[in-house]
Amino acid sequence: MSRWLTLLALALVTTAALAIDTEAAFPDAARQARYDRWIHELRCVQCQNAAIADSPVGLASDLRRQVREMIAAGQTDDQIKAFMTERYGDFVLYDPPLTARTYVLWAAPVVLVLLTVGLAARVIVRRSRAPIDSDPEEPA
Amino acid sequence: MWRYFAPAAGFLALVALFAFALMRIGSGKLDIREIKSPLIGRPAPAFVLPSLTDPSRQVDSRAFAGKPYLFNVWGTWCAECRAEHSALLAIARSGGVPVIGLDWKDEHEEAVAYLATLGNPYAEVAADNVGRTAIDWGVYGAPETFLVSAEGIVLEKHIGALSMAVWQQKFAPHLKSGGGS
Repeated sequence: MSRWLTLLALALVTTAALAIDTEAAFPDAARQARYDRWIHELRCVQCQNAAIADSPVGLASDLRRQVREMIAAGQTDDQIKAFMTERYGDFVLYDPPLTARTYVLWAAPVVLVLLTVGLAARVIVRRSRAPIDSDPEEPA
Repeated sequence: MWRYFAPAAGFLALVALFAFALMRIGSGKLDIREIKSPLIGRPAPAFVLPSLTDPSRQVDSRAFAGKPYLFNVWGTWCAECRAEHSALLAIARSGGVPVIGLDWKDEHEEAVAYLATLGNPYAEVAADNVGRTAIDWGVYGAPETFLVSAEGIVLEKHIGALSMAVWQQKFAPHLKSGGGS
């Protein structure tokens, strides 16, 4: 049992060692929480499939510094969001807004689910109405 | 009958769609990494940065107003920047527009040596050591090249190495229509 605990503890230590910014950005919990939320919300536009929190590239660290400075200067979330999208577009946000250009992105999952449910319902209704042993699709 | 062919038809439609997209990527018509710049049609971000060639001097973007210019983001660490260097030199030599360089997060000595070896196409080179100006321009990977109008509006942006073909297709038409405005 204690061996497993040791292994678990070691695993936790190694993931902590992989973290990019080991020091806290702010002394107070409230601003640190906002900072953590923002660096996970912003995409590293250079590597494109990681948040700036998880990316070791130079631009990601520059953008983390930018977020830190803006929070330190007392800027609101809306101001930070506007600053980033004015420069990098909606692509920089992991939670893109619903606009004329992104509605397909938001509507596609709903449409696909409705389509699947509709098709499944049709098949179920038809199969349940068909008399057993006389399904025209099955060989007699 | 249709129910037997519908899945096959759907599959073939998807294959056709993927083949179309992959062929466009293969021929360079579609770049899936490209992010459309929100800056196009808007004023070019202002900056005041030390000059790379003479660090005692400041490069002020307000000095470029009144005529169109090409704004090129590069670095000695960037392999594709070397690939586009001859095109930049040719554009600068043709005298159509001045080329302004932004040396992005670079080593000063290496950048000076790079220009001394390969030739300097830039009318001015601003050194952005902290990367703050690059953020203002929405830069996410060098090389990036912007065309700015005489009124200071961003007209066009190219991501990746510049070539004379790209220059002719993307940038030159802007300058012909209405003298760069």
